[in-house]
Amino acid sequence: MRLSTLLLILTVMAIAAFMLGRRRSIQVAGGYGAIRTLHSLPKYYGYYVAIWCGVPGLLLFGLWLSFGDALIMGRVVASLPEQLRDLPDAQLSLVVNDIKNMAAGQFMNPQRGAEIAVAADLYNSLRVSARWILSGLIVALGLAGSGLAWTRLRPELRARNRVEGIVKLGLILASTVAILTTIGILLSVLFEAIRFFQKIPMTDFLFGLTWSPQTALRADQVGSSGSFGAIPLFTGTLLISAIAMLVAMPLGLMTAIFLSEYATPRVRAWVKPALEILAGVPTVVYGYFAALTVGPLLGDLGALLGLDVASESALGAGLVMGIMIIPFVSSLSDDVINAVPQAMRDGSYGLGATQSETIKHVVLPAALPGIVGGALLAVSRAIGETMIVVMAAGLAANLTANPLEAVTTVTVQIVTLLVGDQEFDSAKTLAAFALGLVLFIVTLLLNVVALRVVRKYREQYE
Amino acid sequence: MDTAEQAYDMTNIEKAETVPPRPDPGPEPAVVQFAPEAEPAEQEVAEERAEYDTIGDVTAKDAVMTVRDCNVFYGDNHALQHVNLDVGRNEVVALIGPSGCGKSTFIRCLNRMNDTIETARVTGEIRLHGDDINSRETDVVLLRARVGMVFQKPNPFPKSVYDNVAYGPKLHGLASNRTELDEIVERSLLRAGLWDEVKDRLDDPGTGLSGGQQQRLCIARTIAVDPEVILMDEPCSALDPIATAKIEDLIDELAQNYAIAIVTHSMQQAARVSQRTAYFHLGKLIEVDSTDKVFTNPGHRLTEDYVTGRFG
Repeated sequence: MRLSTLLLILTVMAIAAFMLGRRRSIQVAGGYGAIRTLHSLPKYYGYYVAIWCGVPGLLLFGLWLSFGDALIMGRVVASLPEQLRDLPDAQLSLVVNDIKNMAAGQFMNPQRGAEIAVAADLYNSLRVSARWILSGLIVALGLAGSGLAWTRLRPELRARNRVEGIVKLGLILASTVAILTTIGILLSVLFEAIRFFQKIPMTDFLFGLTWSPQTALRADQVGSSGSFGAIPLFTGTLLISAIAMLVAMPLGLMTAIFLSEYATPRVRAWVKPALEILAGVPTVVYGYFAALTVGPLLGDLGALLGLDVASESALGAGLVMGIMIIPFVSSLSDDVINAVPQAMRDGSYGLGATQSETIKHVVLPAALPGIVGGALLAVSRAIGETMIVVMAAGLAANLTANPLEAVTTVTVQIVTLLVGDQEFDSAKTLAAFALGLVLFIVTLLLNVVALRVVRKYREQYE
Repeated sequence: MDTAEQAYDMTNIEKAETVPPRPDPGPEPAVVQFAPEAEPAEQEVAEERAEYDTIGDVTAKDAVMTVRDCNVFYGDNHALQHVNLDVGRNEVVALIGPSGCGKSTFIRCLNRMNDTIETARVTGEIRLHGDDINSRETDVVLLRARVGMVFQKPNPFPKSVYDNVAYGPKLHGLASNRTELDEIVERSLLRAGLWDEVKDRLDDPGTGLSGGQQQRLCIARTIAVDPEVILMDEPCSALDPIATAKIEDLIDELAQNYAIAIVTHSMQQAARVSQRTAYFHLGKLIEVDSTDKVFTNPGHRLTEDYVTGRFG
């Protein structure tokens, strides 16, 4: 039976169980007039029966999805001829892959074709029968569960509390999905990074001053010894983020002040959506802009001033990234400035303060926690930004503080390391994961600090 | 009665502060009979009369502020209608009346706080020592330094106690050095009766004080810029009875140096602190007289109904 058919059947059963349960509850109460003798509303009894119908089946289905394949494969492996069964684990897993591929009809291994074909047939037939058994079980569980619940319906049954309990459980599960995913991402990066640090010492990576990730493919190859000092990447990231924040903070904050304190509603109605459009421009497009417009413009300006500006400079990438972040800063700051109570402003005006004095001395200090939080979020954004720097900042890992030179960033290097054909046991590829791990830790720390700062000031001001 | 009044006040804080007064359902009949919603026939009759006349004497001897024919519109809503009233030196004028009657609106005209409400429009002649405060030449910043205001809910700035009081003097350059500023802060806090309670924690945030202390801090902040008139918009409505009593004592003392106009929902408070009382009803000033007269022998039926607690 196909999966979709099974789910459809289960849904229909659950709906039927709901209606039956609701009817039954009215019945046991003694008709419509006596509904108030029930502990819960009739629909809760319906939900109760429906949950008993659907949930056990779904749980079984989930268990099967996680462990079913391994069970079947265990049976198949057990049926293999001895010489295949006794292979070491790594090779055995290759055989298992062969069997799966063959069962899917995709691939024929020229060696040992016969044994694998037999195993694949067995695998297929086991899978089909397992499906049918599973379907039968799920339907039977649904019938049994709903039947049991149906017979247990009594007016004093606390159906609402139970249903709400199940709903709460569902909500908890939903909220853990994001957390578990984050942990999963962290772990996957962590394990690869640990493999990297087995090849390259961590101190070389964290404190090395040269980044040149080309490793030798052949022993006699020259000039590709591989050097994984990440300092130039982090200084590059820092430089570009700093330039971006220098652009975005003042402009964004002033925009927010103008919008919330000075702009008439009509101006506001135009400027705010325009800024939001800026936030909606894909970062790739900012990349073009940085590489094709801002880069050459800076070059020309530099030539006028007698400065030597690289065609791909940290300045160009940082400027454009700053512009990209402006709406981010301005909209967050605008929100917190608007949240400052009018009573504060009235108090200040009532003492004879002008509008600008009020903004400087009362509104901005009161809005500071939100502004700081917004700024730190913007920094995380700048550090993690990839497309603009890929296109406009270059690939040369220069260790420099000069914004007119080309630099490269952590994210750019991760991209270049993982583009193209990869072998996942070379230090070059694994370095991407180590970089990712450090980036993850840095942004995590930044967010923790941001939350701390915000909380500290909030206590002081509320 | 006192606690009941307090409770009543609390319910009206939000309304009176944020929502402009309700639209006027029609002029009140000048006839003695009171009807909350005038019937059309009566309304027409009433319109024939000089309905904006106020009972009692609106002038004060030694007037600091004079208001003549003041009108306020919130959009199309005529919130304050043809009001004449003086505020005299060394006296406390209490403004009473039911919610939405325009007393807060009126008090906000006196230092042009209505400027901060976009839809508000003020007409009429308001003079501070003879200067028209609504004229083009008047600098609203200077005006507000001369006419200070204390608000309904204590609204200390998110700064230290010291900086809260020093804020105004710093803005207006009243102190030339730190010692002078210290003196102003101490004097203001002393006059507001707060010095003994906060002198050891001047650097703590003003928002950390209790509600009553916060309100006295706001009063200290206001008198630190040495105004001529102090406007108080229900200064005790968010406070408990003990804090209220302290503020009332303070108002008594301040009246020796300043002209004070206070909006209040508590008639006991009006009776305790004020020398003159003005009764507002639905955007009109119904009656002004000495506080004794208003509370013991009111000249208008509406006033009598209100002060005897028949409605409100």
